[in-house]
Amino acid sequence: MGMTMSQKILAAHAGMQSVKAGQLIEAKLDMVLANDITAPVAIKEFGKAGATCVACPGRVALVMDHFTPNKDIKAAMQCKTVRDFADAQGIENFFDVGQMGIEHALLPEQGLVGAGDLVIGADSHTCTYGALGAFSTGVGSTDMAAGMMTGNAWFKVPAAISFVLKNKPAKYITGKDIILHIIGMIGVDGALYKSMEFSGDGIQHLSMDDRFTICNMAIEAGAKNGIFPVDDATRAYMQGRFKRTPVEYAADADAPYEKVIEIDLSKLEPTVSFPHLPENTRTPAEWDDRKIDQVVIGSCTNGRISDLRIAAEVLKGRKVAKRVRCIIIPATQAVYLQAVREGLVETFINAGAVVSTPTCGPCLGGHMGILAENERCVSTTNRNFVGRMGHITSEIYLASPYVAAASAVAGKIATPDML
Amino acid sequence: MKVQGRVFKYGNDVDTDVIIPARYLNTTSEAELASHCMEDIDKDFVKNVQKGDIIVAADNFGCGSSREHAPIAIKASGISLVIANSFARIFYRNSINIGLPILECPEAVKDISAGDTVSCDLSTGIIVNETTGKSFKAEPFPPFIQEIIDDGGLMKHIQKNLKK
Repeated sequence: MGMTMSQKILAAHAGMQSVKAGQLIEAKLDMVLANDITAPVAIKEFGKAGATCVACPGRVALVMDHFTPNKDIKAAMQCKTVRDFADAQGIENFFDVGQMGIEHALLPEQGLVGAGDLVIGADSHTCTYGALGAFSTGVGSTDMAAGMMTGNAWFKVPAAISFVLKNKPAKYITGKDIILHIIGMIGVDGALYKSMEFSGDGIQHLSMDDRFTICNMAIEAGAKNGIFPVDDATRAYMQGRFKRTPVEYAADADAPYEKVIEIDLSKLEPTVSFPHLPENTRTPAEWDDRKIDQVVIGSCTNGRISDLRIAAEVLKGRKVAKRVRCIIIPATQAVYLQAVREGLVETFINAGAVVSTPTCGPCLGGHMGILAENERCVSTTNRNFVGRMGHITSEIYLASPYVAAASAVAGKIATPDML
Repeated sequence: MKVQGRVFKYGNDVDTDVIIPARYLNTTSEAELASHCMEDIDKDFVKNVQKGDIIVAADNFGCGSSREHAPIAIKASGISLVIANSFARIFYRNSINIGLPILECPEAVKDISAGDTVSCDLSTGIIVNETTGKSFKAEPFPPFIQEIIDDGGLMKHIQKNLKK
């Protein structure tokens, strides 16, 4: 019996010839990640265990992105805890305000993760790096602390679902529409504990940013990881960037998949998740004229340069609707600088949008765009749970950057075609 | 170990944002986290919860964020056990790692109502609804997980193994 791509990476890191679904293994980690919310808990656990030093400081990354620039005194204290720990442990991959970006945009951009890696992170969206052909999964703070202490983690080898992506997506269809469509189809626990492995001729039409977006939201279907095969686009992205040597794995021809789901990308429509679950997807015929109050374009899901280019394409020469607040958040400093150079920031400001420093901020209801009672927000983020972005009666509509930007102009959920 | 308490019952897909909203994640204080537990789904939970009480829920409990603050808040609020049809995977792992007992048992979930008194022998997985008199058997943990729990959580488990 062959192995899935995910299983091959796990086997290699466990020093085993082969593994199968359900097997418990201990494997060596290439990178361990935490942020300003999860690292303080991990550091507390680290101390509780009597640990004094990190096994491999070069393989730890700490990113201050959730409540930064510090939103209040408590958030400032949490960052201080992590900063002091990074200094004491000699952790060089500590990203503070000025260098930091949203972790899952930052680590690939900085070349800290790449093909063939085994990565855990104390953040559920760590599954993003599967876009590079890595096995990458979210864990809690204690698992992260154990990973820092030992350089290893235990895993239950996951079974997998194969998603065969076919044909070329139409104009205005992005990675976000593809993953929302999939979550709408299989549900928020449709891939619980499993790998989501993507393949098919449609992949050649997906940019790396599209693939990051798709893998990012694998967790929203309950998956352990999402993963793409390595191709020329992956290699070009890692070239001159990835700090270690990439290792390319591919699923065996007889890899055991519990299910094979084919998706014709050419048939997909712009897809929006209505409140309060990502699986509650609707396409344009099911949208209505409900008025919106805010638009957020950013996050680890859709804050990359191609997302900002899309937003600028829609907002150029147009104005954000009256009584709509449009907040645009570049995911990293490099993305921000590129957006300045390309004139995107000027386009946004002329349209009446605001542009923020990189932060997770409003996505998790932290700061920089909290919603009031009964307010509605169209957002390129990843979760629309009750109270996620503010008041418990507020509503979040998850969408692509095309739909989010067009909605900001229309004052209701819209595609660029409808403007 | 035997636990017994009154039941708080919830439905499908209880996410970690309603278990502990992110606006309270600027602290690691267990007591402070517990004081906001379940606030966005059940504002009376904190007022009514007593030591030993049990949460019973349907599918995919704990979905969403990886925040360990979620099982920490539940445990620190006094909850002795969570029974559900299924758990989201990161929440499941986190609960084991911090020593919050959790069991999957759809038959028990179906029978148990809010306010019932339920007891459970964690070592055997036998769940008894003291209110209806019915009993159920949950799948016990595999040995390596049981060992982590017996050692008092993952960090203590690692400490023990490092000493070997």
